[in-house]
Amino acid sequence: MTTTSKSTSRKLTIARAMAEAMAQEMRLDPRVFVMGEDVGPLGGVFGNTRGLFEEFGAERVRDTPISETAFIGAAVGAASDGMRPIVELMFVDFFGVCMDAIYNLMAKNTYFSGGKVKVPLVLMTSTGGGYSDAGQHSQCLYGTFAHLPGMKVVAPSNAYDAKGLMTAAIRDDNPVVFMYHKSLQGMGWLGTEKGATVPVPEESYTVEIGKAAVVREGHDVTLASLAAGVHHCLRAAKILEEGGFSAEVVDLRSLVPLDRETLRESVAKTGRLIVVDEDYHSYGVSGEIIASVAEYSGCRLKAAPQRVAYPDIPIPFAPTMEQWALPNADKVVAAFHEMMKENRGENS
Amino acid sequence: MQPTTEQRLWMYRHMVLSRYLEERIEELYMEGKTPVFNMAKGPIPGEMHLSNGQEPCAVGVCAHLTPDDIVTATHRPHHIAVAKGVDLDAMVAEIFGKATGLSGGRGGHMHLFDAAVNFSCSGIIGEGLGPAVGAALSRKMQGKPGVAVAFLGDGAANQGAFHESLNLAAVWRLPVVFVIEDNGWGISVPKQASTAVPRNDRRASGYDIPGMHVADNDVEGVFAMAGEAIARAREGQGPSLIEIETSRLAGHFMGDGEEYRPKGEKERLEQRDPIPRYRQQLLDIGALDETSDAELVERAQTRIEAAIRFAQQSEFLPPEAALEEVFA
Repeated sequence: MTTTSKSTSRKLTIARAMAEAMAQEMRLDPRVFVMGEDVGPLGGVFGNTRGLFEEFGAERVRDTPISETAFIGAAVGAASDGMRPIVELMFVDFFGVCMDAIYNLMAKNTYFSGGKVKVPLVLMTSTGGGYSDAGQHSQCLYGTFAHLPGMKVVAPSNAYDAKGLMTAAIRDDNPVVFMYHKSLQGMGWLGTEKGATVPVPEESYTVEIGKAAVVREGHDVTLASLAAGVHHCLRAAKILEEGGFSAEVVDLRSLVPLDRETLRESVAKTGRLIVVDEDYHSYGVSGEIIASVAEYSGCRLKAAPQRVAYPDIPIPFAPTMEQWALPNADKVVAAFHEMMKENRGENS
Repeated sequence: MQPTTEQRLWMYRHMVLSRYLEERIEELYMEGKTPVFNMAKGPIPGEMHLSNGQEPCAVGVCAHLTPDDIVTATHRPHHIAVAKGVDLDAMVAEIFGKATGLSGGRGGHMHLFDAAVNFSCSGIIGEGLGPAVGAALSRKMQGKPGVAVAFLGDGAANQGAFHESLNLAAVWRLPVVFVIEDNGWGISVPKQASTAVPRNDRRASGYDIPGMHVADNDVEGVFAMAGEAIARAREGQGPSLIEIETSRLAGHFMGDGEEYRPKGEKERLEQRDPIPRYRQQLLDIGALDETSDAELVERAQTRIEAAIRFAQQSEFLPPEAALEEVFA
């Protein structure tokens, strides 16, 4: 009983929750190992492998050269040969130097082998900006990865989901891209979002990949987002509540597979949809979410859907420019009020 | 390191098998593509990269491998697949896109996977190297026997993946061998116009690993060098790089007009065709006589014809099967 109460009250950052999931799976399964840049004694630039090197040593927690094409390609080869690697791409922005290993090998080898070769690999990678790191270290690129078939994609908004999704990802026989947002990591120097640090059970558990969560119930509008965007939505929902409106917040958690059912059920109830996405505005997650609702005849919309997304520009350095471009709660609230001006001739 | 008579005949037989397969594919590929060449037509649509002339690289290396060892091959994979022991029926059926193919027709000739003998290939230049390094890491970490061999063309030695993979394999001292099939051409660009060093084996020194060279497409030269490199890998002494001077007797792909070849090059290469040369070598040392050669060739042809019949008589998967096997 003591353990249980301790379990439910203990709060962890996403970084700690990820490390705990990895450690627990590494204890259970000798095939699981970690490799990437600075994942060893440093514990990961974003803290997510802290403590692993001390417990498991250099053989299973491997610092790599700065050589993503080789070590992500190697992860594919190791996964195809029976290992279960967790490999880190330090910043998602770095995918440009190694994408072939990701989308042509990791994502296609199962298909091109007729299902006979499995690639149980977790590619964890940091996303997001807000701390003036400019356009080569601040992108989200959710849509880029989710667009390409053959890999699952998850992006947790809090430590509970991070641990459960990481455990599920390690146990999955498919490649899973685990995208963690820097502002949620609990690293003080990145301007930590407090809402991401939540109670996390000590025991091992999974969060099903492909299931969204309704993190706040409401009936006037659905706010759909992922990762850091969920926290903007929750803040916006509070502001709207003060104005007498009730917002439902859907945390997508997984982009592939995408839980369209939960999303559609929510919009069928509220009749309004705002998508909040720190990834680029065009050709991305926000468009896909709106299309998923628009294609479904069960959602009768009371107003045109809106999106609060990153403008189609490289991410600028100056804080004035970057903060202006980022999604935030105020923009969500403004989008809602804009939406309420629209009259589709139905009761709202 | 000299091959035994048995190894010599194994290498010769697999060269003959591979060449006859390519000759038959060449004929079948052209069905439906004359008088107007349209890559989408005929029983074998799509790109086709034939390996005629490069057989010594495949057999000289694979003679030292077991089904347990790992091979990653290139967009020109048939000779290596044959030598690695890939299921011939399923391989030819895959080239035809049939249900009985290695992946049911999802991959085709550039994406052949046979997990039973640890063979795979990729259509992207240089991208088989990382996976070979990773498979070698897997064996080392699991304490399981086995070496990984990555085949690549000389053009791939200018890719980042080549340099990154050699470095990683060397840093971690992994049981992997990199084998460059130097056919002198990257599609239409000659090696001297693309590569800063005349011999890529010299690049091994940049990673402090052994670099070996085999001249003149010599089957037993390949056997000797590969034997040494693979033995080193098995003994835990780390990776090696081998470059083999070989010859691309066909075009880059079928339909290639090859106008870029210097006059007389093709005829000169055909005169140095490694198969009749090796046959003569085996006749000279008495490992083969005319009768046993005729039997060997006939057996090889019969085997290939059976695989082709198997492919031709197989059905296609229903088109909607395209939606399956995306995920495990």
